[in-house]
Formats: sequence, C-alpha cells, structure tokens
Amino acid sequence: MAQRMARRSGSPWKGCGIVFEKEFSDHLRSPRMLVLEWLILLTGIGAVFMSIQGLRTTTAQDPFLFLRLFTDARESMPSFLSVLSFLIPLMAIGLGFDSINGEFNRRTMSRVLAQPIYRDALLLGKFGGGLATLAVGLMTLWLLIIGLGLLRLGVAPSGEEVARGFVFLCVALAYGGVWLAVAMLCSVLCRSPATAAFSALGAWLLLSLLWPMMARFLAEIVYPPTDMAILLGVQSPQQIGLQQILARISPSTLFGEAVIGMLQPATRTFGVVFASQVRGAVAGAPLSFGQSLLLVWPQFTGLIAAAIILFAASYMAFQRQEVRA
Amino acid sequence: MSEVLIEARGLKKRYGKTTAVDGIDLTVHRGEIFGLLGPNGAGKTTTILMLLGLTEADEGRISVCGADPMRDPLTVKERVAYLPDMVGFYDNLSARANLRYTGRLAGIAAQELDARIDGALARVRLDSVADHKVGTYSRGMRQRLGLAEILMKRAQAAILDEPTNGLDPQSTFELLDMIRTLRDDGMAIILSSHILDRVQAICDRVALFSNGRIAIEGSVRELAAQVLGGGYTLQVDTDPKNGAPHKGTLAALLGSVEGVSGVHSAEPGHYHVLAMRDVRDAVARAMVEAGVPILRLASVEPSLDEIYRRYFEGINGTAHGTA
Ligand SMILES: Nc1ncnc2c1ncn2[C@@H]1O[C@H](COP(=O)(O)OP(=O)(O)O)[C@@H](O)[C@H]1O
Ligand SMILES: [Mg+2]
Repeated sequence: MAQRMARRSGSPWKGCGIVFEKEFSDHLRSPRMLVLEWLILLTGIGAVFMSIQGLRTTTAQDPFLFLRLFTDARESMPSFLSVLSFLIPLMAIGLGFDSINGEFNRRTMSRVLAQPIYRDALLLGKFGGGLATLAVGLMTLWLLIIGLGLLRLGVAPSGEEVARGFVFLCVALAYGGVWLAVAMLCSVLCRSPATAAFSALGAWLLLSLLWPMMARFLAEIVYPPTDMAILLGVQSPQQIGLQQILARISPSTLFGEAVIGMLQPATRTFGVVFASQVRGAVAGAPLSFGQSLLLVWPQFTGLIAAAIILFAASYMAFQRQEVRA
Repeated sequence: MSEVLIEARGLKKRYGKTTAVDGIDLTVHRGEIFGLLGPNGAGKTTTILMLLGLTEADEGRISVCGADPMRDPLTVKERVAYLPDMVGFYDNLSARANLRYTGRLAGIAAQELDARIDGALARVRLDSVADHKVGTYSRGMRQRLGLAEILMKRAQAAILDEPTNGLDPQSTFELLDMIRTLRDDGMAIILSSHILDRVQAICDRVALFSNGRIAIEGSVRELAAQVLGGGYTLQVDTDPKNGAPHKGTLAALLGSVEGVSGVHSAEPGHYHVLAMRDVRDAVARAMVEAGVPILRLASVEPSLDEIYRRYFEGINGTAHGTA
C-alpha cells in the first residue's frame, strides 16, 4: 500500500472539485434530499415555534434569550436540539449510504476511474459534496430560526449569541460529517445499498440510544458500587468518570455536550463537579464566549477526528477494492 | 510495421489461489484492431484492467502509449479510452451531461468540451437524443454513447471490453462498423469478446485466450492456415443426383487440385475445400473438365469458432467448448 502511494505520480486531488460539483448538484436536486430537508425544516421550525410560545410568556430578563430558542423544550414538543441530534444523522446517512456502491451498481465506477483521476479524488469529492449539502441544509435552518426569533420575539440576537450560534452550526456540521463518514464507510464495505443503509442506521441506533445505557452498565461492572453507595443511591466518582469516558465514544454524546456548552453559557463542566472547579465561581454566572469555546473544544475536535478516522478507513477499504462490479 | 502503442510482456495476475492471467505477451500497433477472444473466465477483463492500471499486475512489464500504467496511471488514462463490459451511465442525466462529467474529469478544456461532445454524439448518431436522459436509452444506444466518450477523449488507443455483449445483430453490426472507423482514424484498438464469430470480421489480429494464457495469436487467416491446415476455405456444391460422380471420386478430384490441403464433405454434394491460397479458378476448371455440374463455388471466411475448437481438439484430444 505505502509502496504504491510512494511511487505513483500526479496529484491525488486532480478532479476532486469536479466530483464535488457533480455530487453537490445531484444531492440538491435529488428527491430524497428534498424529503429529508423538508422533514428537518418542519420539525425544526415546529420545535422552535413551541419554544417561542413559551419564551414569550416568561419575563424576558435572560441575556441569552435567543439561544434558548434552540434548547428549550415545551409541552409535548422536544427541544430543537434533540430534534436535530436525531435528524442530522438521518440526513447524513441518507446522503452517504449509496455513494460508492451506487457507482458500482450503476456500472459507472470503471468508466469514471478510467479517467485520469485517482480514487482519492472520487472519495473526497463525494464526501465534500455530501458535507456541503448538509451545510446548506443546516445553514438554511439556522437562518430561518434566527429570522423566526427576530419576528416573534421582537429582539435582535447579540453579537455573542450569533457567535455562539455559529459555533453551534459548526459543531452540528462536524456531527453530520461523522455520520456521513459512517454512511460512506458502509457504502464502501457493502455492495448492496440497502445493507449499507441498515448497517449505518444500526450503528446510529446503537451509539445514540443503547450506548449511554451500556456505558453506565459497564462502569458499574468495573467499579461495583459499595453497599453504602447503593443505600444512599449515589455513584462513586470513579464510576461516574468511567461512565462519562465510555459515553463519549458515541458521537451523539460529544455533540450533546458541545452544544449544551455553547448554547447554555452557564455550563462550566460536564458530569461531576468537583469543589476545585467551582471555587470562586458565582453559581449560574455565564462563562465568556472564549471560555465556553475552550470548554467544548475537546468535544468539537473529537467529532472532527472521528470523521477523519472513519474517512481514512473508507479510503483504505476503497483502495483495495476491485474496479469490476 | 507502424508504431507500437500497447505492449505487455509476461503479465501475471493471481486472485488468491486462482491465476487469472498467467504470463501474457501482446503488442498492438497504431491503426490496428486487436481481438482478445476466448470463453468467459479466460482472463480477458483482467488483462484489460492491468493494461489500464485499474488493477495491479503481480508480474510483468507494460507500456501503454509510452507510459507505465503501474507507475504513471494518470498519463495512461489520459491517452487511452476505455469502454467497460456492460457500460453504465448516470440514468438521471442526459447523454450530454454524462459526457460532460467524464470529459471534465479527463481534463478536456471547458471551451473545447461542448464542441467535442457534439461532434462525438453526431458521429455515433445520437445527436437527436443528446438531451434525453440516458435512462431512456436502449442497450445499443448506451454502447454507442460509450463510443462517443472514446471519440470525445481523442485518445490514442481504445480498449473495449465485450462491446457487443447483449446487442442484437443489427446493433452489433452498426457498432462494429463504428469501431472500424476508429481504427481508420489511426487509433490502436483492443477489443475483447467471448463470441468469436461476432467480431472476427473486424479484427486485424486476434489472440485466443484460454485459462489465462494466449493459446495462439495472429490474423484469422494465419490461424486458419496454422490450425485448419489452410487459410482459405471453399464451399463447393454440386448436384449429387444429376451427373455427379461418386462422392469419393469428386473428393479425390478436388483433393488433386494444386494448393488444396484438405477436403471434407458434410453431406452428399456439399464439400468444404481447404487451401493455402485462393484456388477457386483451378477448382472450377477441374470440375468443368470432369463434367461435374457446379451449383455453387464460394470462398468462405475461416471460422474462428472452428479454429478454436480444432486447436483444442488437437491439444487435448477432446472437444473444447467456446463459451
Ligand atoms: N476479484 C476477483 N477475485 C477472484 N477471482 C477473480 C476476480 N476477478 C476475476 N477472477 C477470476 O479470474 C479469472 C479471469 O476472469 P476475467 O478476467 O473476468 O475473465 P474474462 O473477462 O475472460 O471472462 C476467472 O477465473 C475469475 O473467476
Ligand atoms: Mg470479461
């Protein structure tokens, strides 16, 4: 493998932009994308609308009123945030599950690879096209929400709120990128798009819904609670620590933490709070934008690293594949 | 002989325990159609993929249009066009849009691309449906669109894998005719097929594949001379009831004509005459002199199917199926 890489000539990125353009315009025009975008728009706007109803009845003294649009849950409606953490993976998987195997099944792969480009360009162009589509969808949604907030709440977001909102957008995109990379990996490994879609959805269900429970369970096995702890109904710090580390394997946990850290400026830490961390802090006082950014930085970069690792895995699997269908 | 565009020496490719290609040498010149013929699984597609640098050869040396597909695959792919087996297109795009995509990937300048696409589509007679979605195209139209892609690329060499696969006889004829015009433009063309008779007419030289090796190679006539014992076959029909001599006598008479190397008779009155050169004149004279009525005297192309079968009968002593 390395040997082959070392001795080949020409740029591996030649043609990447062309693939990107085609994928992007294909996605924007595809009926599948239209359905997903409308689904996200309607549920997202529904959730925001409900939270606006709620926010208007509370006396608006919160300096970060605007950000609460994203995080407030009202009545039967989940918060916009939980809608997103559910729908972004769905959209990303919808964009990526047939990207590579689809070319094989249409028998276009060998024709495309017979052009003077490397496989790197094809894979990266496809990933970029999917990511750009996600970005367009999320950006539209974000702007709509700001617009709705302006109209219905009657206040303009502060500069800091816009900045926090923008970081939130980037985190959401990184989260989408992880699931897009998962979907593309499945599309490289499974020849049938249906199998690829089910594998990706399975991974999503496992990591988003089951994994938090399993993390707790595993932590309890490693650090069995003492009789005293059971009696008091508390967990030991080691157990909570391990549970948190395990839970962070799931991109949904990382996404949730990063977004809460950004959109709820009072957040100082995730999980257990030690006395040393809050010494000198005024309870409930918001962090500055920079401090919040520092707080969520590990989660954000974690998401990006996960996307890169998954992409690299699909790349290696794709390089080894036979061209013939 | 003109310039050599494609050359391979000692190509080998193994998939696990099976050896798909087992030491192949081939040379293809500019302005020549070279046929890779043989049954399914003989290693034709694997050979083609190695020539294009789409699969790595385990052993051997390849030079395609002056570049090594293993070291410098992009240069090879710039200079060579490829029509894969059962070629596919993006069904939701028009023919023009499909060509524009691969044309841009091929690095054709934007200002030149549209004119090249129009020219190519006109040449394969798809210009009237150029803006229709490829999803509405028939198999034959798709193959022609594949040829248009080759024309658009203005490649020095073209490699076509089973181009007539799944086509009706009329479409096959049209497609082969178009391939011939590519050759006349000076391209080097390799085409593969498992139906030997279909393509033998347009191949200048053929290589008969069997189990990853080239069994025999040369022009159809050369192979016929080598395997059947004569490069020319005559079909001689006479009237068995009306004045024809006894079967053995006529066979002996035909056999005695100078240049004839063999006479076979499938049924009374019908003879196949194998010869080293065109002996129609001499055969006709002999028959007229002997007073035998001539109902038909025609030169028939030697059949590759027969050459293939006879070659392997000779090698194995058994009949060898040809796909
Ligand atoms: N990816 C692969 N893995 C294992 N064996 C393969 C693979 N591709 C081809 N083969 C084997 O290689 C041989 C040659 O195949 P191929 O080149 O496709 O033949 P042809 O094109 O002449 O029909 C066959 O026996 C086939 O089973
Ligand atoms: Mg084949």
